[in-house]
Amino acid sequence: MTAHILQARGLTKHYGNVVAMDGCDFDLEPGEILAVIGDNGAGKSTLIKALSGAAAPDAGEIRLDGEPVNFHSPIDARRAGIETVYQNLALLPALSIVDNMFLGRELRIPGIVGRLFRTLDRDAMRGFAKEKLAELGLLTIQDIDQAVETLSGGQRQGIAVVRAVAFGSKVVIMDEPTAALGVREGRRVLDLMRGVKERGMPIVFISHNMPHVFEIADRIHVHRLGKRIAVLDPKSVDMSDAVAIMTGAVAPPAAA
Amino acid sequence: MTADVGAGRDGGSSEGGDSFATFDNRPVGGFARVHRFLHSNPTAAPLMVLILSLAGFGFVAGDRFFTPFNFSLIIQQVTVIGILSVAQTLIILSAGIDLSVAAIMVLSSVAMGRIGVVHGLPVEIALLAGMAVGTACGFVNGILITRFRLPPFIVTLGTWSVFFALNLWLSEAQTVRSSDIDATAPALKFFGERVDVFGAQFTYGSFLMLGLFALFWYVLNRTAWGRRVYAVGDDKEAAELAGVRSNRMLVSIYAVAGFICALGGWVAIGRLGSVSPQSFYEGNLDAITAVVIGGCSLFGGRGSILGTLIGALIVGVFRSGLKIAGVEVLWQEFTVGALIIAAVAMDQWIRKEST
Repeated sequence: MTAHILQARGLTKHYGNVVAMDGCDFDLEPGEILAVIGDNGAGKSTLIKALSGAAAPDAGEIRLDGEPVNFHSPIDARRAGIETVYQNLALLPALSIVDNMFLGRELRIPGIVGRLFRTLDRDAMRGFAKEKLAELGLLTIQDIDQAVETLSGGQRQGIAVVRAVAFGSKVVIMDEPTAALGVREGRRVLDLMRGVKERGMPIVFISHNMPHVFEIADRIHVHRLGKRIAVLDPKSVDMSDAVAIMTGAVAPPAAA
Repeated sequence: MTADVGAGRDGGSSEGGDSFATFDNRPVGGFARVHRFLHSNPTAAPLMVLILSLAGFGFVAGDRFFTPFNFSLIIQQVTVIGILSVAQTLIILSAGIDLSVAAIMVLSSVAMGRIGVVHGLPVEIALLAGMAVGTACGFVNGILITRFRLPPFIVTLGTWSVFFALNLWLSEAQTVRSSDIDATAPALKFFGERVDVFGAQFTYGSFLMLGLFALFWYVLNRTAWGRRVYAVGDDKEAAELAGVRSNRMLVSIYAVAGFICALGGWVAIGRLGSVSPQSFYEGNLDAITAVVIGGCSLFGGRGSILGTLIGALIVGVFRSGLKIAGVEVLWQEFTVGALIIAAVAMDQWIRKEST
């Protein structure tokens, strides 16, 4: 068994009387694509929020590379090397691609001028953004200074993924990255994810789309009633069984 | 004027080797191209309006309009409102609104006048205190908006009255007279002093206004703080997720705006020659007018500070031109009102996603 890069034990979260997470465990292995599936209201997003720093759990422990971590905001998680592609992408439509990629971590020109006048190093940021877009095969975007709102849904998704991969050093979390897309653009995002995996970056992939999950995931974390009830191997389980376990129609296999 | 948008388009249309994920760019029609141009060049429309109005008034009012004297008059009339509109631009870009800018400005100038003239403390202390008052007022606005999650419109509607009342209390509803300022703290009137440039008279205040526009063009376009002003205004929640501490940003924006208003207060002393607690009561709305006519979206995240300068000039040119053409004041107001509505209608159209 390989060491887990991101691990959680006994995560619990209450919203008033509602138990959103009830002793949830989570394991992510290096270099894998781990799908997280679950019915609506099963507490998937609460788990993801805990891992990405958007909402702190009431109890439980999260370990990154074996070290316990305590995130109070998404910024904390980012600093630790966990980047998240949110379902709404968290892109600013009126800003350019470069501005979006570097928001919150802008580069200043080096030396005294940058320190005194706080001038942004726009050339360096453009160069870096272009390089990263090229690495992940998004070269068809001609103008790195164009506003994100001029891009198609798939292109926007691409920008959000590239931003996460470019800065994430340990884990990339993707929340429903294909949900808002058409068939062709959804395919391209899956291709992007394969590219990310080839570079050795593990991905947590939250999705409702079973064909996508079974196509790309190495393992499947099944979430039900606020906790993990099974971890499935997509090669040995078929789709309808996974859905049955997820909805509670079938008991999970004993050895998870 | 629009160099900030067009600059650095180095046409990166490089063809990928074996790109495995490619996205198509949608084709662009003729009409959509105009839309897209205006979309990416927020100053284009106000600039055209300014040029057309200059040409129009030049045609109607002729020689009396195109004189260095008249232009220096327009600039002088625009100076104080122009400075307030720099502050207002920052706030409107952040998807807020500040109805209290003029009240902050007057309160700051009253603080300067009371401390420097009535209490006779050194003018440096008076100025610093005025700046501190203005910054603190903006800070209070920002705290109320972020900590208590109140809409900026309501907060600043309230603080408008609060600051105005404080200013009447502090000034005891009395004007600090020009002769008293000259006797004790002439530096308060520094920005009212005139210099001759090519036969036209400009005040130092006008240069300060232009300097502030240049400075904040730089800040908004070339610094991280400036880009975050746009980001927070565009989508506060998304900016937060992308790593901007949105509430902290907003407080800093309102505080900086308050500081700019205080500078405006110093300039206003020079412009009026005295410190009057009743002055510039209409300045709030005039500053918003300049920003809106300049093409900034009231929904935040969109617009350019150069547009605001152009917007302020448009209002000045219309007022001056209509006056020289012998149009009554009520029709000047009518025209400015119509301009605001036209500008917002234009913004709604431009804001639509590409057709």
